[in-house]
Amino acid sequence: MYLKNAFRAATALTLITAGAAQAEKITVATVNNGDMIRMQGYTAEFTKATGIEVEWVTLEENVLRERVTTDITTKGGQFDIMTIGMYETPIWGKNGWLVPLNDLSAEYDAADILPAMAGGLSYDGTLYAAPFYGESSMIMYRADLMEKAGLTMPESPTWEFIREAAAKMTDRGADVNGICLRGKAGWGEGGAFITAMANSFGARWFDMEWKAQFDTPQWAETINFFKGMMDASGPQGYATNGFNENLSLFQQGKCGMWIDATVAASFVTNPKESTVADHVGFALAPHKEGVEKNGNWLWAWALAIPAGTQKADAAKQFIEWATSKGYIEQVAAKEGWANVPPGARSSLYENPEYMKVPFAKMTLESILTADPAHPTVEPVPYVGVQFAAIPEFAGIATEVSQEFAAAYAGQQSVEEALAKAQALTTDAMEAAGY
Amino acid sequence: MATQHSRSAARLMMAPAVTLLLGWMLVPLVMTLYFSFRKYLPLRPEIAQDWVGFDNYIRFVTSDAFWPAVQVTLIIVGGVLAITLILGVGLALILDQPMWGQGAVRVLVIAPFFVMPTVSALLWKNMFMDPVNGFFAHVLRALGLAPIEFLSQHSLGSIITIVSWEWLPFATLILLTAIQSLDQEQLEAAEMDGARWPSRFVHIILPHLGRAMTVVLLIQTIFLLGIFAEIFVTTQGSFGSKTLTYLIYQRVLESQNVGLGSAGGVYAIILANIVAMFLMRIVGKNLDA
Repeated sequence: MYLKNAFRAATALTLITAGAAQAEKITVATVNNGDMIRMQGYTAEFTKATGIEVEWVTLEENVLRERVTTDITTKGGQFDIMTIGMYETPIWGKNGWLVPLNDLSAEYDAADILPAMAGGLSYDGTLYAAPFYGESSMIMYRADLMEKAGLTMPESPTWEFIREAAAKMTDRGADVNGICLRGKAGWGEGGAFITAMANSFGARWFDMEWKAQFDTPQWAETINFFKGMMDASGPQGYATNGFNENLSLFQQGKCGMWIDATVAASFVTNPKESTVADHVGFALAPHKEGVEKNGNWLWAWALAIPAGTQKADAAKQFIEWATSKGYIEQVAAKEGWANVPPGARSSLYENPEYMKVPFAKMTLESILTADPAHPTVEPVPYVGVQFAAIPEFAGIATEVSQEFAAAYAGQQSVEEALAKAQALTTDAMEAAGY
Repeated sequence: MATQHSRSAARLMMAPAVTLLLGWMLVPLVMTLYFSFRKYLPLRPEIAQDWVGFDNYIRFVTSDAFWPAVQVTLIIVGGVLAITLILGVGLALILDQPMWGQGAVRVLVIAPFFVMPTVSALLWKNMFMDPVNGFFAHVLRALGLAPIEFLSQHSLGSIITIVSWEWLPFATLILLTAIQSLDQEQLEAAEMDGARWPSRFVHIILPHLGRAMTVVLLIQTIFLLGIFAEIFVTTQGSFGSKTLTYLIYQRVLESQNVGLGSAGGVYAIILANIVAMFLMRIVGKNLDA
């Protein structure tokens, strides 16, 4: 009797699983930022067109990185599509962990992807991830406060100018800080900012022999300049401020200038979220007088297919849909051009409708001036502007940025922080066998 | 009257449970030991991943981050133990008094223990300690003072506060039941002999609580040596708040160096055992008495 029931249950289960296999379902791991969450709202359209169901696993950036990295190194097979960045793609592509995307359909028009983005998402000339959106960084500033201070923002300002302007715009009584920057520890937070800034001071992470370079005068100058400027004109507690903290400060009108991701431009100019939407101006990220590199980074969130998935075809269909021109048009029609995912396709910047968006031109210019293949003044053995595309970098840079954050908070001197950074980087690189 | 036969039958019947428990404990332990003697870098399949002897162990202790991490671990554990024990005894004494709404008050006191560590850390970080929008910042500003950046300027103190808040209910609960089991007649007799409250507390209540306090000490130490969520959510190991557990996490997951992290894990096991041995001695003494 029991046995019979058990058999029935087993048969039912088999039928259910078989049924599920027919209506194909892919699992997508993604990051919890605005553009990705917006895409989830359009998933029904994709399912309607193809019959493929999509299950979303939406995670915070750091957690996403850990989950997908663990999954890919242990061949866990939990996901059919992973949202990864410009840092992971070349490393994983090199290890053969991703399905190459060199056979996308003609109608998808892969040649339309911005060359800087395609370059950063390829290894050895093969595209391994399709960019959903791309970004650089730039200065967002309060035109009204700048005018009040009697200054005009140049197209491509120097750090010296930024420091002076920040000091003049600061009004502690009115709760206005001249400048807000990321000090928060983490390689993707303050670590990314300070690395890009160091590039514009002529510093670099490693020399051609993979030796850490924190004992150079360029790094000392970078950190001292950053701390000096932020202590004088930055918000209180800047050592723990990351992207979100600064965004909210800027939207509340508490920052004169903010140097951060170009995607933030659509949030600070949106009158529904920002109290200063009408007064925001844009300029190229600064550089040191006499140094030709600017302090802007290059990043893309992209969709990739882990090698070994059974559903590579369905996954590819989804990627073609999500990163297509059609998707951008769909979002533009429903939510306006300012809300489409930026920075991925050339055609977007040829569209006169999109170029009317106030930050479109500066975004494109910032993306075009960032060069991941030659990020620094002196030659380096790595690729990447605000990171070095080697597997060890994330761990090292997180620890280094923690030392810097402790220096920003006044717990140790800049010299101590740099000495510790040098020691721990050297140690970690040795451990990894460089 | 256990015969030879029934004893072996009992062993046989216990075998599945014992095997399961052994497997539960041994498999991860053996894997950690195995990894700790190997070079294991999952993101670098192109370089040789083989036996490296004690390299990982030496590298882990000689790293600049090791001793500070051990120190931070001990400070956090010691700080939380001291706070929860002292305040726990106090709270237990207060809750033992008959009062209006006793049941409700007790539930409220115990409530923090049921909040998940990540949630309570987020709560403290954003609602209380935030230097711009936090409650403490508002209070300080209302008093005309500058807000304090708790998590960067006083990171260890803040973490100890958060963890103590979570564990205080546990200590209170155990100590309260111990106080309730105290014979009231003893106290009354002492009072009649002219003993004042302080001497009654020191000579009767405290010794009676001794056993419960060692239990609290032991259980909390075991859990506190491994606290992670509170640090991950609040400081992510910056500002001198990196514990041994956090350091291991950084080595394994952030640096993707499984061998090195496993060696750290073995050190953590050794540290936990040393602490546990000391505590067991104390408990043993207390239980014998």
